[in-house]
Amino acid sequence: MVGQGCKGASLVPVSGLQSGLVLTSYLKGIEMDLAVIVALDVVNGAASLFLLCLGLAIIFGMMRIINLAHGEFVMLGAYATVVSANAGLNIWIAMLVVAPAFVALVGLVVERCLIRFLYGRLIDSMLATWGLSLFIVGFVTTIFGNTTKGVPTPLGGFSVGAYRTSYYTLFLLAMALVAAGIIYALMRHTRFGLIARATMQNPEMAAKLGVNPARIYMMTFTLGAALSGLAGGLLAPVSGITPVMGAAYIAKAFITVVGGGAAILSGTVAASSLFGFINQLGAYFTTPVYGEVILFTSAIILIRLLPQGISGRFFKGQL
Amino acid sequence: MSALLQVAGLRANYGRVPILMGVTFAMEPGEYLGILGHNGMGKTTLMRTLMGALPATGGAVHYRGRNITALATHDRARLGLGLVPQGREIFPSLSVYENLRMGLVTAAKEDLSIIDAVLEDFPRLVRLLDRRGGALSGGEQQLLALARCLCTQPDLILLDEPTEGIQPSIIDEIIETLAGLKARKSLSMIIVEQNLDFITSLSDRVLSIQKGQISGTVAREDLLAGKIAMSCA
Repeated sequence: MVGQGCKGASLVPVSGLQSGLVLTSYLKGIEMDLAVIVALDVVNGAASLFLLCLGLAIIFGMMRIINLAHGEFVMLGAYATVVSANAGLNIWIAMLVVAPAFVALVGLVVERCLIRFLYGRLIDSMLATWGLSLFIVGFVTTIFGNTTKGVPTPLGGFSVGAYRTSYYTLFLLAMALVAAGIIYALMRHTRFGLIARATMQNPEMAAKLGVNPARIYMMTFTLGAALSGLAGGLLAPVSGITPVMGAAYIAKAFITVVGGGAAILSGTVAASSLFGFINQLGAYFTTPVYGEVILFTSAIILIRLLPQGISGRFFKGQL
Repeated sequence: MSALLQVAGLRANYGRVPILMGVTFAMEPGEYLGILGHNGMGKTTLMRTLMGALPATGGAVHYRGRNITALATHDRARLGLGLVPQGREIFPSLSVYENLRMGLVTAAKEDLSIIDAVLEDFPRLVRLLDRRGGALSGGEQQLLALARCLCTQPDLILLDEPTEGIQPSIIDEIIETLAGLKARKSLSMIIVEQNLDFITSLSDRVLSIQKGQISGTVAREDLLAGKIAMSCA
């Protein structure tokens, strides 16, 4: 992401001692500008990772379903955005409404036809969702071909001294905060949230109190799928959209949710902030490839040191 | 008066192992019915089968004249059956207040005044409302499980070994609370227990269960007089 910033200023010619002072001041300015740009990239990386993981935090962190098709849910959200935008729909509606609604519908069908038979069967659910991911990739490739698609970034850019960056970076951060706030309010302050949290802890006891666990599982899975679709929609303008793009997301999403631990929100926020920071800073000082290597290495060390994840150590009992 | 609950030839298995082998009994509205039995005789299995958590493999259960043998657990709860399970099964990461709110899920609109009314019988829980359920002691969890069940406003409570692992002072508190409820409300209750004092102090009638079958009946008066030759004690 750092490489996307561009130097837009030029040196003003001066002479003698003055030129030395101006140059020093200029270089200090450049360093400050660069620090701001790097900080924005780090925040953007954490926000993107959080958005990417939120759906999985619900489906895997809360429901204990190992959904290996999570990346494909994100990919479907991205394609829904591209197709809608290319059909003339407003890009904001395509990203924020069509993508989550379409993937929620896909999630609902998948839950009713496949997942509901596999609750409590970790290995079976893993195999089934792996097969599902292969099916979705094949299906999308058949329809759209194995080519990269995209949509233009809807917001313009702004300058930070000698560098430029996109307003979309700030928009992604805002969306991550809004999504976290909405999920917190939903889970903490609504009846559905209370029933969902109780049902995921002990479905048999919830049933003894009058809850239909199958219905709550269906609704919760659909919510998780919708959030995955939203992530796909939001990342569509800054990603190359291909049928196999989900593969790039799945490992990152799983290590972040596992690293976050049992608290689906505070754990995911903490893990995505930490891993987003490590990933972006690693990429800045080395290359994006090494950035990923540093990220995965850090994740292994973190899980070794904190087997219950970050929230198992620091946010016990929190949402 | 027609029976509130009628159980006829009820059978249930764990896998291929038969546990209930034809349980038959009936109870009247407002009755507190005790069921005594040693470990492994089928007491908890009977409770779980009555609640629908374990499917019946034979026989029938009628509640208020309606055959509920094939009904799902949550539908039985909505009909007015409440279970206080063995081991309490408190939702550990929910607060005490949230655990109580879970007792209100059957109502179309959540009426929090029901919780306030229930808490009048459980003063010990009032100061613990913000604490996580998993952080309570066993006795406090038992009180919470009972209060949560009462929040569902059941007509028939299935109380499974409420004194198991509980300190004596809390057992007395539970007896006092249940006796108070019996005097004030038109509740019915099936109490499964091994604690003879507990079951004697609350039950109108006591059945004994042996090897998955009801093996006899003793009137509460006989229990008080110590005439329990048929019981498992």
